[in-house]
Amino acid sequence: MRTAVAIFPGSNCDRDMAVAIKKITGKSPLKLWHKDTEAPNLDLIVIPGGFSFGDYLRCGALAARSPIIKNIKNHVSRGGALLGVCNGFQILIEANILPGSLVRNKKLLFTCRETTLEVQDSIQSPFLSSFNTGDCLNIPVAHNEGNYIANNELLKELENNGRIAFKYKKSSEIETDYNPNGSLNDIAGILSENGRVLGMMPHPERSISSLHGGTDGLKFLTKSIEQIVG
Amino acid sequence: MKVEVNISLKEGVLDPEGQAIDNTLRNLGYNNFDNIRTGKQIILNIDETDENEVLKQADKMCQELLVNIVIENYQINIIKDK
Repeated sequence: MRTAVAIFPGSNCDRDMAVAIKKITGKSPLKLWHKDTEAPNLDLIVIPGGFSFGDYLRCGALAARSPIIKNIKNHVSRGGALLGVCNGFQILIEANILPGSLVRNKKLLFTCRETTLEVQDSIQSPFLSSFNTGDCLNIPVAHNEGNYIANNELLKELENNGRIAFKYKKSSEIETDYNPNGSLNDIAGILSENGRVLGMMPHPERSISSLHGGTDGLKFLTKSIEQIVG
Repeated sequence: MKVEVNISLKEGVLDPEGQAIDNTLRNLGYNNFDNIRTGKQIILNIDETDENEVLKQADKMCQELLVNIVIENYQINIIKDK
């Protein structure tokens, strides 16, 4: 299993992600720097959370124009698996690897708390094939711009073609703020057309130990990595 | 040549900052307005003297980086020195 974590100035979840991956594979992931123009063949690249380039201009906008992105796009066109978490998801969208847009949270608040994600009926994807539709994972979010939006045409394409990976789920009938950012249709994560790229706002690497209050993130990452290795 | 790029959110894209400003203005007693939208302005000097060329280059910059064309509109104006 060859994994890597891509790091930009301002990334701050890279180490947590590396710890999570090492816990699963027994091997530290390679670290890719934003200026790297060469990368070896890899099975999985993760773009971690953080505030790349200080969120200047738009979240992820400057990172998405970094030299390493060309390698990441090549990796994707070779069929490599790619996971973008939080700011990583924003970068994937700014790089046009995933469609739509992530805008300011509806309530204008930075939201840092646990959310419940419901696995959707999606296309074949290594990130989800170990789960059943309707399975729930408790994984925390921490973001200011996680409100996913898309035009009607794109939303239909995502909904009808199984490209929505996770939605925020109500834990009870009376709960009203289960969606932490106001995203369209409660979308928390989406897939590429071939299912091998996943962008998600919640942070699985922040839920890998009982000290975190839960290990659903570890379960998700472990099963994803198992499927990617095949 | 000096150029300004005005970037605003497209119609229909949620603008929570605009909504917050709208609320506060109303709290201050202003009611004779609607449709507040926030945006940003980027000013730059392009090392070029031909106006069409300046507009062309600025437009390319907008498409490639300055603007998220999924959610934002933009307008490029040449600023003439007085």
